[in-house]
Order: sequence, then structure tokens, then C-alpha cells
Amino acid sequence: MSNTNSLLADPEILRELIMDHYQYPHHHKLKEDDRYMMKHMASDSCIDDIKVQARIENGIIEDVCFDGVACTISTASTSMMTELLRGKTTAEAKEIMNNYFNMVDAKEYDGDILEEAIAFKNVYRQANRIKCATIGWRAMQELIEESEKGNE
Amino acid sequence: MFDVEKIRQDFPMLRNRPDLLYFDNAATTYKPQAVIDAVCEFWTGYTSNVERGDYETAVKADRAYDHTREIIGRFINCDPKEVVFTANISHSLNQIAFGIGRWLKEGDVVLTTEAEHASNLLPWFRLQEDKGIKIEYVPVDRQGVCHIEDFKKAMHDGVRVVTMAHVTNVLGSLQPIKEIAAVAHEYGALMVVDGAQSVPHRPTDVKELDVDFLGFSSHKMCGPDGVGVLYGRYDLLQKMDPIFLGGGMNARFQPDGSIIYKDAPQKFEAGTPNIEGVIGLGAAAEYLMNLGMENIQAYEKELRAYFAEKIRKLDNIEFYNPDNVSGPITFNAKGVFSQDAAGYLGSKNICVRSGNHCAKILHEVIGTDQTLRASLYFYNTKEEVDRFIEAAKDITLENAIGIFF
Ligand SMILES: Cc1ncc(COP(=O)(O)O)c(C=O)c1O
Repeated sequence: MSNTNSLLADPEILRELIMDHYQYPHHHKLKEDDRYMMKHMASDSCIDDIKVQARIENGIIEDVCFDGVACTISTASTSMMTELLRGKTTAEAKEIMNNYFNMVDAKEYDGDILEEAIAFKNVYRQANRIKCATIGWRAMQELIEESEKGNE
Repeated sequence: MFDVEKIRQDFPMLRNRPDLLYFDNAATTYKPQAVIDAVCEFWTGYTSNVERGDYETAVKADRAYDHTREIIGRFINCDPKEVVFTANISHSLNQIAFGIGRWLKEGDVVLTTEAEHASNLLPWFRLQEDKGIKIEYVPVDRQGVCHIEDFKKAMHDGVRVVTMAHVTNVLGSLQPIKEIAAVAHEYGALMVVDGAQSVPHRPTDVKELDVDFLGFSSHKMCGPDGVGVLYGRYDLLQKMDPIFLGGGMNARFQPDGSIIYKDAPQKFEAGTPNIEGVIGLGAAAEYLMNLGMENIQAYEKELRAYFAEKIRKLDNIEFYNPDNVSGPITFNAKGVFSQDAAGYLGSKNICVRSGNHCAKILHEVIGTDQTLRASLYFYNTKEEVDRFIEAAKDITLENAIGIFF
């Protein structure tokens, strides 16, 4: 196992990662720029209310950012998603997303490509929080699908 | 003397799950054995549909169903024929808004507060959209209370309906309904009351309060789910149109489309009702009356005061409604998102609710969107409050995230 992987096996470190991303979320500011597409996720429950923006050009995710009111799990998982998917091609992003969705559904997944997002590997045990752990990711999935439709 | 230990023996959930600390009674309540038995007896001894039955079990079912109207009549001091059974208070309020809506015209005003549950707002919003009526809000104070002076200022000749919760669900504010109803009536407006959080916890007398309509839900007062009550003054019920049409509510109809409705309350009960639920509600109301609604109110008041005194002292907790004497304890753990805090408490088998409790407009008043709500019922104890307080001390961000590892 590589160095980073062994670190990511330590629950203490994973917990701190979540706390960090919650207290200091990355890319936590929306852009006033019409090259960005936006998805508003507010209809799942009366609690989380977040917006995710992405600029996808020529099949490459140039930028992802988000904003809104949400719990630690929603905020941190979305923050990590923005970090992980920036600069990826949409094909790479889909591969990462599939693995992430598999992980939170307690199915087979490849932990290596999820990097820090592995911190959410136990969320499936709190079934009511799966929505939280996927809200930002689902928004991004829809944005990628829309961008692909737009290119057809 | 209110013997809570003895009362707790009546509740299988409390006996079967001593590990749980259930403080989510504003959402729904546990059921005593008497209610469970009443429902099971119907299912195992005299199952049949109601109305027009010509055999023994059908007659028995009919009697049991209608007997609940008499019980509810005693419970809230009205005539049994003023008791309509619905699916829940949300259904009751939709029926009330629909029925009153047909009497309103464009520009008529419905006056309410900023502290209402969605179920007492959205049906009126629809009238705004469909009929051009206007919705106006009486301001409430930081603990959600609507003061009579503010109400008088907000009242005017255009107001045709006043609607509000007797006790609000987020902050437990007790509104001066009797005074408000008196003012509403001076202006010739109708008074509608959401009793979801009041009827289960205090004596309710619709004559004394002088309200025109009142709704409440069975499941929040030890009864089964899927049953609610709509009380309406009889002359108003007779004039009001039902929202649902069908079997059981018409006396006759012709191929040309003419229908003669039955009298109230049957007019409002289209289709086969929740018979076991209504029978169970009757048993629940009997159970509460046997304990005595005054006793329940006094016991809960003392328990809430004890809770408030303890939670107020916790440094990590922000407590929003210390001055209210009834209803839930509403709070947040500083720096912890409400759902994360509820998840942490849940991991300790403590059941509370997080979120904005469907009163989305209220956050402007209390300055926060998301809260935790611990809501008590007469079967909760000071020992449970103590256990809760110990757990509440440990609600930190680290611990809240810790439940995932
Ligand atoms: C004040 C108030 N009104 C209405 C309701 C809706 O009750 P139900 O879901 O039983 O229709 C509730 C339930 O939480 C409530 O607290």
C-alpha cells in the first residue's frame, strides 16, 4: 500500500478530513459567469439546500464550485467532490462517480481513485444520511449529463 | 396523583425498548395497550364496513365508529355531529380551506402568523393562486408568540378568515386563541385553529374558545396514524362543500349529474373510512380523559420547566424558547449543524427531530433555519431528561462526525 493509502485507512484522519472540509469547504463560492451551468438541489428534504456550478468545456471539467446550507456530510462530501473532479475529463469523472455511488451503496468499489472521498465509506450504515453524502455528487452527475446533451 | 411509572406500563414501546429515549412526541406519539387492543378487537372480532350493514358485526362496527364521535364530542366539548373524521390534520385543514375558499372572493384576506406549520399555510396559498385572496401575517415575537395587541393592529374589515395554531410546532408558543377569536368575530371573520400540538396536551373546549373550525391528528395523541378530526360549527359544516365526493357521502344522485349530499358530518367522509383508526382514536381519547387533560397539562408543564432549567445551563447549547411554558424544547448545539447533532443523539438512542420543522417562514423571526426539537409527552420522566442532558453535553462536531467511523 502506498503512503497516502495507509493514511486514508486511519479513521482519525478520515474524521479530520470531514471536519476540515466542513469548516473550510473548498471552492465554496458561486461564480457570476454564464459559461457555468448550475444545479439547485433543494427538493430532497427541508434541510439541505445547495447549489453546484460547473464549467465543462470540450469534455473537460474546468471548474466546479458550490454554495448553500447543508450538514457536515453534505458540505464535506460536496467539497471533496469539487476537489476530486476538477481538471478531469467527463469520462474520468464518471468513473470516479460510479465508484463513489457504489461505495455509499455498500457495493464493490475501487477505493484508490476516490482519494479523500473514501472518508464516506461508512455512510451506508446510516441509511438516512446517504442522501447527504450524495447530494453534491448527484448535482454534478446531472450537470455532466446536461453538458453531454448540449454537445450532441 | 400522576403516577408516571404506572402509566409507562401501559405503553408497549416503553416496555419493549427501554434503551430508547423518545423525545419526538411533537412528530408522533407512542400508543397505549388500550388503543392497540381496540384496533385489534375490530380486526379480530367484528371486521366489516360501516353504514348500511344488516348483520351483527356490521352493526357493531357502525356503532363503534360512531361512538368515537361521541367521545370526541366530550373531549373537545362539541356535538358529535360536529365531528368529521379525516386522514390527519393536514387533510382537515385542506378541507377547511377548500370549503371556506368557495365563500371567498378576490381580495378577501386570510390573516395568519409567521409561525404556522406548512399544513396551515399551503392550502391557503392555493386560494391565493386560484381565487386571488390575500394572505397577511401578524408578527410574532422571538419566542413565536402572537400578542393580542399586535393581532388587533393587524385586523381589519377585509379579513374574512383568521387561522393559526393554538400551540406552534417549532417553538411551542401558546397563542391567546380565545381573545383572538373574539376580535375575529367582532369583524365577522371566521376563526380556524390548528390544534395539532395543543389538543394532545391540554384541555380543549371549542365552545369556551369560541372557534369555528379546529383540526387535530390522532397519531399525536396516542391514537393510530391516518386519522384526523375536523371540528366545525354545525351550521358552517352544513353550508360547506366537501373536497371529496363519492360513496357514503351522497344521499342520492341522478344520471344528469344532480347530487344530494348527506348531512354533515357524513357529507365529508367519502369512501370507506379508516374504521380501525377511528375506533383506536376513540380509545385514545378515552385513555387521555381517564388520565385527565388537566393532569397531563400540569405534569408536562413541570417536566418542561425542569428540562428548561437544566438545558439552559449547558454552555454548548443555544436554547431558543426558554420562556414558553408548553411545547418542545428548541435548541442547537453551537457549531454543529442540527442534523449532525440529531444523528449523534440518535447514535445514543435518543430520538429528537432536526430541521426546520416545516415552518419555513419562521427562521426570519428566530434567526436560524435549522433547529433541534425535543418534545415531551406525559409518559416522559425527569430521569429521562437527566439522561438527555448528559448526552447533550457531548454534542460536538468531532462526536457528530465520529458516528461515521
Ligand atoms: C402545528 C401542526 N400542524 C399540522 C401538523 C400536520 O400534522 P399531520 O402530519 O398529522 O397532518 C403538524 C405536525 O407536525 C403540526 O405540528
